[in-house]
This record gives sequence, C-alpha cells and structure tokens, in this order.
Amino acid sequence: MTRPEGCALITGSSRGIGAATAIALAADGWPVRINYRADEQGAREVAEQITAAGGKARVLQGDVAAAADTETLLEPGEDGPVLVLVNNAGLRLDNLSPQISDEDWARVIDVNLTATFRATRQALGPMLRARFGRVVNVASIVGIRANPGQANYAASKAGVIGFTKTVAQEVARRGVTVNAVAPGFIETALTEEILDNSELVKAIPARRVGTPEDVAACIRFLASEGAGYVTGTTLTVDGGLSA
Amino acid sequence: MPTDVNTDNVEKVIFDGLVELGTERDELSREASLEDLDVDSLDLVELAQIVEDEFGVELRGDDVKDVKTVGEVIDLVVAKAG
Repeated sequence: MTRPEGCALITGSSRGIGAATAIALAADGWPVRINYRADEQGAREVAEQITAAGGKARVLQGDVAAAADTETLLEPGEDGPVLVLVNNAGLRLDNLSPQISDEDWARVIDVNLTATFRATRQALGPMLRARFGRVVNVASIVGIRANPGQANYAASKAGVIGFTKTVAQEVARRGVTVNAVAPGFIETALTEEILDNSELVKAIPARRVGTPEDVAACIRFLASEGAGYVTGTTLTVDGGLSA
Repeated sequence: MPTDVNTDNVEKVIFDGLVELGTERDELSREASLEDLDVDSLDLVELAQIVEDEFGVELRGDDVKDVKTVGEVIDLVVAKAG
C-alpha cells in the first residue's frame, strides 16, 4: 500500500528526543511539524537542519497543556492531515510524594498525560479516514519500574502506557497503530542533573546513558509502514536497565 | 468551505459515508437501524469525522450514544448545525 499524503507532528521538538525524532521522520520523507512552547530558536535550528538535508519542516508554537493550542497544532494544512503523531512534550517536577504540591501534581499530569490524550483524540479522526496512522507516545521506564522522587511523573507515564494499549485495541482494525517508547536514562535537558552520577551509569548494563538519537530510531521504526503489525506495545530504550 | 447543512445534503453525505464504511447502498434508508447495518461504535466515530470534514459540525460521544437509526444521525447533524 502507498503511504497516504500527510505529515508528522512531534510535540516538544525544539530539542532532545523530540528534535532527534523530527530529524529522523523527515529523513523518512514525512513533512514534519516542529512544535515548541518557549524555545523558538531551538525549533528553528531543527527546521533549518531538516531543510538543509532536503526535508520539509514547519515550526509551530503551542503549549500542549492548552487545549486550544493542541487543536491548532493538529489542524490539517498544506502538509495534509497529521498521520504521524509523536506525543513527546514532557515535564518533570520531582519531589518525594509527601512533598508534591497539588499544583506540581496537576501540571505534570496535564502536560504528560492529558495532553497526550487530547492530541491523540483529535488526530485519530483523520487517521481513521486515511486507514493509516501512527501514534507514538513517549513514556518512560519510570512508568514501568519505580524511581523514588518521581511519583507524579511515574503516574503520568504509567498512565500513558495504559492509554496507549487501550487506544491501540480500539483503532487497530483501521490500520492505525498506537505504541509507546519507554526511554531509560537519556542525555537531555530534562535529565542533565540526574545523569551527573557515575554510580548510576554503572547500573546500566550498556554502561552508558542513551542519546536522543537512540530513542528517535525506535520512534522512527514504530512510525514506519513496516511496523504496521506492531500496536499497543511499549518499547523500552534503556540500555538493558529494566531487563 | 463547509457544505450547506440541510436535510438533503446531510442525508447524501451520511449515506455515502456509510457505503464507504462497508454498508450496501440498497440496505440504506432513514429507518434502517445502525445495529442491523452492522455500524459499530468505531464506524460512528469515523462517520462523525466525515460530518466534521464536510459540514464543520462536531459530534462528540455524548451526542451519538443514543442514536439508533440512520435518520436519527441525519436529524442530529441538522439539529447541531442549527
């Protein structure tokens, strides 16, 4: 089957895993929508890199925690409907659970889980009609195994994994797949404080932290036509840490 | 530009949509029950997307959960647009 015309939206793609994913999907021929909340310069640099390599990229500002912004990000445009959605924008506000404020709890759930639901809900209609769609949700190994100090983050990411499985079964018969990746320790701005710890690296069987490109390669596979029979799964990308 | 919402236009779009979803055209009528036509909940989601693309009218889960016949779907779209 020929791939229908459409584009890929990667939320939170001005840097880190999102940026690497936008570059990888553009290399697969998808026109990509690069989304940022605050880092416009980062987003523009990613777009320039894609354009220089012969790909197509649009830069779109928007906060995924705001319903109206999500609606705009997903509107069909000249690049067609969004047929690949990567819910990547994420936030962590760590603390031991007795110390987590209501605000920090709600903010993390909003950005990591509710925004994933909302974007997926809007993306599915056009995907169902196209009989093709790929949703890839960026979860975390923290959604699978414990990491003290991240109860809100863990709850949001475990929620993403449960959401992924259920939606996958709902839409599987229309050629739409829904999967998650669960990165372990990856070098990004979100993790730079925790990774300055050689003891932690020793605990990773691969003896190194991962790169955004390690995760992007897995998302690229899950978004490919070749992964059409893979749905509802969570692919851990953690150097063997959770094996 | 969304198509003008009137009963005739909506009926045509809904009938065409149901055919696209696998229903035989000669089984279609306003009185036909969705259950008899094997229109399931995911088909209704897709039909809602077709309606939105065509008329700019959004149908949500609460709107469609009680509809039983093709005619009720048509009336619902016309009512929501009005």
